[in-house]
Amino acid sequence: MIGITSYGGYIPKLRLDRMSIYRQMGWLAPATVMLAQGERSCCNYDEDSITMAVAAARDCLAGMDKRRVGALYLCSTTLPFADRQNASIVKSALNLPDEIETGDMTSSQKAGTSALLAAMAMVKGDLEKQVLVAAADRRQTRSSSFYEMWFGDGAAALLLGSENVIAEFLGGHSISHDFVDHYRGEGRRFDYTWEERWVRDEGYSKFVPEVVAGLFKKLNISIADVDRVVYPCFFRAEHKKIAKRLGVSGKKVADNLHEACGDTGTAHPLVMLVAALERAEPGQRILVVGFGQGCDAIYFKVTDAIESLPQRIGIRGSLAKKKELRSYPKFLQFRELIQTEKGIRAEETAQTSLSMLWRKHKMVLGLVGGKCTRCGTPQYPRQEICVNPECKAVRSLEDYEFADRPAHVKMYTGDYLAFSVDPPAKYGLVQFDDGGRFFADFTDCELEDIFVGQPVSLSFRKRYADRERGFTGYFWKAVPYDSVPAGE
Amino acid sequence: MATGIRDKVAIIGMGCTKFGERWDVGAEELMLEAFEECIQDSGIDRREIRAAWLSTCFDNIGVGKSALPLSVTLRLPFISATRVENFCAGGTEAFRGAVYAVASGAYDVALAMGVEKLKDIGYGGLPDFGAHLGALSRLIQPNITAPGAFAQLASAYGAKHKIEAGDLKRAMAHVSVKSHANGVLNPKAHLRKVITEDQVMAAPIVAHPLGLFDCCGVSDGAACAIVTTVERALDLGRKEIVSVKALQLALSSGEEMGFNDWDGDHFMTTSNCSTAAYQEAGIIDPREEIGMLELHDCFSITELVTYEDLHISERGGAVEDVMDGFFDRDGKIPCQIDGGLKCFGHPIGASGLRMLYEMYLQLLGRAGSRQLDNPKYGLTHNLGGFPAMNVCSIAIVGRYGRTGRDHQAARAASP
Repeated sequence: MIGITSYGGYIPKLRLDRMSIYRQMGWLAPATVMLAQGERSCCNYDEDSITMAVAAARDCLAGMDKRRVGALYLCSTTLPFADRQNASIVKSALNLPDEIETGDMTSSQKAGTSALLAAMAMVKGDLEKQVLVAAADRRQTRSSSFYEMWFGDGAAALLLGSENVIAEFLGGHSISHDFVDHYRGEGRRFDYTWEERWVRDEGYSKFVPEVVAGLFKKLNISIADVDRVVYPCFFRAEHKKIAKRLGVSGKKVADNLHEACGDTGTAHPLVMLVAALERAEPGQRILVVGFGQGCDAIYFKVTDAIESLPQRIGIRGSLAKKKELRSYPKFLQFRELIQTEKGIRAEETAQTSLSMLWRKHKMVLGLVGGKCTRCGTPQYPRQEICVNPECKAVRSLEDYEFADRPAHVKMYTGDYLAFSVDPPAKYGLVQFDDGGRFFADFTDCELEDIFVGQPVSLSFRKRYADRERGFTGYFWKAVPYDSVPAGE
Repeated sequence: MATGIRDKVAIIGMGCTKFGERWDVGAEELMLEAFEECIQDSGIDRREIRAAWLSTCFDNIGVGKSALPLSVTLRLPFISATRVENFCAGGTEAFRGAVYAVASGAYDVALAMGVEKLKDIGYGGLPDFGAHLGALSRLIQPNITAPGAFAQLASAYGAKHKIEAGDLKRAMAHVSVKSHANGVLNPKAHLRKVITEDQVMAAPIVAHPLGLFDCCGVSDGAACAIVTTVERALDLGRKEIVSVKALQLALSSGEEMGFNDWDGDHFMTTSNCSTAAYQEAGIIDPREEIGMLELHDCFSITELVTYEDLHISERGGAVEDVMDGFFDRDGKIPCQIDGGLKCFGHPIGASGLRMLYEMYLQLLGRAGSRQLDNPKYGLTHNLGGFPAMNVCSIAIVGRYGRTGRDHQAARAASP
């Protein structure tokens, strides 16, 4: 049996009430009120598709043996690097083994489902035992557009394999059409979009049924063999109509999450699938469709093993852990859609030494420090001589991963002088309960959420952006636990 | 067996510019201004200076690298000159170079110069540290500023000693109020304005919990010293000689940054450095034998915790000493008599020498309206870097042939 062996999800904590967009911009774009229901998820200023993919993948790998992952696919149309494999950054952040195949799957909203199909083929052909597929998108839209209302940011990850399968892969089918509902030419910041009615009527409404029909024919099944259908379509009315056309209704149709977070692009079919798996019972048969220049359709059957998969944060968990971004201009600032004064202090960006980054990639991207084989002291960074003043053993350290270890705040400040996109710059000394410490930025919190002794978790984030050279630097930041009560 | 530096070297001349936002002058003018006062004070011929040390920190926005800016500005042909940089300890480091040169017998006369031209960067505060901490730290360090680095002490100190944030903030405010009161008396000080505790408490926050008045001035300035042997000073006919009693440096070894024993509430370096300095100077009880202090009060909280690391206040007892006025002008050990970094100002490379300048004036009875009665040993302290990783320097000076206990006895004997 092959199929899904684990899942994980990540929706950024920040949410923007769609009515707040309309309240600010309705004078310019009155029709956006039609979409102003619920809220959309938005990345913090230090998040992008890579950091979200890492978060979802960590959720997915919790309790799993990551040394056995043989391939990693990162799926997104908003990857920060056009040439430097983005998946390899995710691999470094996750500290996956070096003997691994990595790849970016991009340029289409269906890249996520395409990667699932490719991964299943690899497992089926016994080319890999376990394949990790992570999909994330942070789609840039112009202010006051419909798409700003429709879209949200988010990520999902699935582990595919042949042991402890929680949802058996029963087959897949694809169609490919050069249907240009939108496109983004090389070097362009925003999508160019065609009339929504046409996208709705000639795109989603035709291709989703087409690929489903093809799959049914291939597998010799019918809609009666499906307990839940999962397909993205940010047009709410059309999303319902497609269900009717497929012959399903009510609880069998997975919600498109418009009101909860918005359409997360390439990640969305996987985000919706993870949301479905979170509620799935053994025996349930799930049909997943991805849309973008054609469609992919995949058919799974949930197994008994799903009940023994440890609890994940998942989509449900991250949707509950939310914090309202009360200010629309702040949203614009975080997405660099307005020019604000940052001061001369913000100009200072040193060049990133690529040779050093390579030498220190485990330390910087993986938060790997050392543990002394003599005295057992965990320490960060890993250096030549043990930091314990009673030990000082030379070259005694072995690799030690810090990212998942419990930690708390030792000292901190909120700095209004330092350059920050979200002042004050909040940083301090983070101490690991089992030993080791480092100075970290705090993120996803307010200054009031931080105090000495406050437990924190660690999150992979953008550390700096070197605009001069087009480079993004990543590192780990601390997030205070429960800084916002779940479901506030 | 090393015998230490006590009473081996005399200061025979010192100079210091007015500190402040010296928009009209650069490092060159500042160095000359300090040097003219210093050479005149020393009474020696400038050709006798055969070795010099220059301290400056932000070379990229200031004078550039090497000691050439010193030898060229002062037209000191073909002397041996060296630039030193050790963050805020640089000024004392330049002094150490000159003192050791004389003590070794290699030179009769040596010059220590510190200068910093900060107000050419176009924004407030110190220049961004990012690129100056090495290429690796840039990849991982938060955008730490000086106030942000030191502000963290307050959170850890309060947590460790269970002191209410408001009580700590009030004591920090008193630290600044005292330095402002002292600065008013000093014509060379950058900031000369009396302030109140309530004003400090209500000021805008720079880095939580430090407000505007918890932070020292960012200033341009230069200070210098000419040192020689005690014998030479006597030959010059000096009756009162200011001699070096101790010169110590202590650097972090990464323990604070990496090992979980340090609670973030104090400076491990200062604690060790002061002990070594007292030993070198022959001081047994600093609370009794030290007569005046010039501490590295870059921020009020730095000064407050440093009282403890100098073993003058008990651990956790600085707040009480501060509120008792122990370090005020009329207290037991006056601190920042010249206004300190807080009000005299803080041109990084010059600060250590500026502190010695005040000690020198006080010991020779030349401090004007700031003059203390019968000053005993004076201690200067610098702290460069960040609480978790830093360079501490301490100098103790006094009158040649007298100890801190001599002064104490003299004071006790007087009616």
